[in-house]
Amino acid sequence: MNLEQLKPELEAAIPGCRLEIISNPSPSGQHSLLIGPEHALDLATFLRDTPHLRFDYCSNVTGVDWPASALPGSVKSKEMEDGTENVEQDTNAEPTGYLEAVYHLYSMQLKHGPVILRMRTEDRATRVHLPSLTPIWRSADFQEREIFDLFGIIFDGHPDLRRILMWDEFTDHPMRRDYVEPDDYEYEPTAHDDVLRKTMHHYSGNA
Amino acid sequence: MLGEGILKGLAETARNFFGSYVSKDRLTTIQFPEERAPRIEASRNFPFLVYDGTDPMAGLRCVSCLICEKECPPKCIFIEKSTDKKPDAVGKPQFYPSKFNIDVSVCMSCQICVEVCPFDAIKMDNAFELSATDRFDALLFNKQQLAKPNEYYHEIHPTEAAEVDAALAAARAKVAPKPPPPPPPAPPTTEAAAQ
Amino acid sequence: MTTATLPPSATLISQSADSDTQLLEVSMGPQHPSTHGVFRMDVALDGEHVVKLKPIFGYLHRNHEKIAENETYLGSMPYTDRLDYFCSITNNWAYALAVEKLAGVVVPERAEYLRVITGELTRLQNHASLVGFLMQDMGASGTPLMYAFREREKILDLFEALTGARMMCNYMRFGGCRCDLPEGWLAQAKQVVDAFPRFLDEFERLLSGNEIIMARTQGVGVLSKELAINAGVTGPMLRACGVNYDLRKVDKYGIYDRFNFRVPLGEHGDVYDRYMIRLLEMRESVGILRQAMRDLPEGPFTDPKTKVRNFRPKPGEAYGRIEAPKGELGFYLISDGTPNPYRYRVRPPSLINLTVLEDMCLGQNIADVVIILGSVDIVMGEVDR
Repeated sequence: MNLEQLKPELEAAIPGCRLEIISNPSPSGQHSLLIGPEHALDLATFLRDTPHLRFDYCSNVTGVDWPASALPGSVKSKEMEDGTENVEQDTNAEPTGYLEAVYHLYSMQLKHGPVILRMRTEDRATRVHLPSLTPIWRSADFQEREIFDLFGIIFDGHPDLRRILMWDEFTDHPMRRDYVEPDDYEYEPTAHDDVLRKTMHHYSGNA
Repeated sequence: MLGEGILKGLAETARNFFGSYVSKDRLTTIQFPEERAPRIEASRNFPFLVYDGTDPMAGLRCVSCLICEKECPPKCIFIEKSTDKKPDAVGKPQFYPSKFNIDVSVCMSCQICVEVCPFDAIKMDNAFELSATDRFDALLFNKQQLAKPNEYYHEIHPTEAAEVDAALAAARAKVAPKPPPPPPPAPPTTEAAAQ
Repeated sequence: MTTATLPPSATLISQSADSDTQLLEVSMGPQHPSTHGVFRMDVALDGEHVVKLKPIFGYLHRNHEKIAENETYLGSMPYTDRLDYFCSITNNWAYALAVEKLAGVVVPERAEYLRVITGELTRLQNHASLVGFLMQDMGASGTPLMYAFREREKILDLFEALTGARMMCNYMRFGGCRCDLPEGWLAQAKQVVDAFPRFLDEFERLLSGNEIIMARTQGVGVLSKELAINAGVTGPMLRACGVNYDLRKVDKYGIYDRFNFRVPLGEHGDVYDRYMIRLLEMRESVGILRQAMRDLPEGPFTDPKTKVRNFRPKPGEAYGRIEAPKGELGFYLISDGTPNPYRYRVRPPSLINLTVLEDMCLGQNIADVVIILGSVDIVMGEVDR
């Protein structure tokens, strides 16, 4: 599916939508389309219902965590500028990190695809809301629940957003890059305790 | 008629039941442990260390390169390199593992350690009747428990062991010191030529 | 065309709550002989009819995706065996395909044929065991299951001779397969494949005409085409609804465009259709196997240029998918140039197929819930990862 041809068509159909092609340097050639969350539902309906596109099958919904340190533009050292203090201008210089939801769309009727959509949240702490595409593609139901459970993106408009793999009282989001495992397990010692102690001793000596 | 499908099904079951008395491939039950199915050659269970010769510690092929420890997916191999060296099969001094432990309660028998070993020192065993009374230290196999002779390797995986032996012999022949060249024929004495 | 959004359970509950009866809430708990693993369903019943059904899983969640972020690409391969533990070869294949797309690795001919042969053998043993388990759930006390397992044992013996392990095969590598066929394997495989159609005939004589099976499965758990497509259902469950979407024909991954095989389609989308589709697919797989074993060329079994250790694909991402026996199994990998993947995602067919479980079970009897679940063909290792 050629995104260069698809992008102007989408921009014409839904005026005001934010679209950006993210190119993929690997040999797979699967480039993706970054969409702004405000028009996501309209874009999705258009992609699903337009007769020559007919993307009726949402195959995969993935969550990705991009902390600030993993982003390519992150500034490693800050330069102190004396004199001017234009704080607003510097917000683009240091990325804050975001969470991302990636949708892989195929067409069962026309047998083409994939079209890859990406939606990014504004930050990783509080502004983690994205519109849910479950009303358009029911296959996103469990997968968006999983992203909510493991990453923490809150999908507005999801019919039943609760944890799916972890138990309901769990409080953290395990797949984030900065997740720290709790060490207050209630467990009986297994072989790994002795083994773990040996490995701690072993690796701390050779690190 | 109603029930015809069920009757045909019963005929199939009867054929299997009575057929199990006459044909081998209908009675597939093997009364283990009195009878055993023939072992398949490639089957693998947990790794073991190969040694050449009779002394397990001197003949151990492992030179403690730590590649298998790094590549093991569940990180169940724990090696400590020795500080001195011992001669290997061609006489070159090599490090050896002073400790080589595999935690078989973690090992998932994936065989990646065998694939990456450059010295054919670790291979897959197929012994599955391992039982221990203790879930903890008894399932941490050390160097002595893991070392088994090359003859054992030939018993359990004959084709593979033959290939490995051929490859090792070829590699060793290249490295082995060449035999001294034969002395040149003695030159004729000068007295006979001068006269 | 509108789609079904919420299942209509909410309206059904309010209807039955108006009368002065109470709903019975049953938790078909994680420990249950017929739930295909540790799987729980909270079912609300009005008498015998299901009014609400919520699946709950996560009991086998091992966070495979996070483990893979700390392992090398090759180190994740044995973990993929344990996703859908019945079909380890196809799991390996999907992962190898995704990495090959990511890194641009080319697979030699002989390796592609070996992949097809082992993949179709996996499909045979998965479908045979599934039909056996479905009959077991219906109460057939294990006879069809044991007949299926007899054939499955022959195939597992083949896998053991080739890869070293019966179930956790760890056979695919990036660029091909781990090792080549041993002596006599092809002859033994030909024997197994030639005996398979006779087994299928016996199986069908035993089961397909059986009035009890027909009464219990026809018209039960009907899934409409539109809902199946919208809910992302793939595999035999989708084809039983009449949608012609088989990745072997659509994506033509590997060398599947060289083989002559048909895609069976169902008409009604009920449990009987799903059962028949699996039997027919087994026959098609036997045909593919015969063609592949006849045409197997000589050559390398893996790409010699791909490194085993320190394999670092360039930064980028790729989504690779195959037609696993249960549906579309996809792997989505994001690489950042290091030996470990940045993001590793498994698209599990069993999980997505479970999305419509509630829709299929509403209005049915509680006894049918077990059969419908059996026909979805789930493996908890894949659902929970």
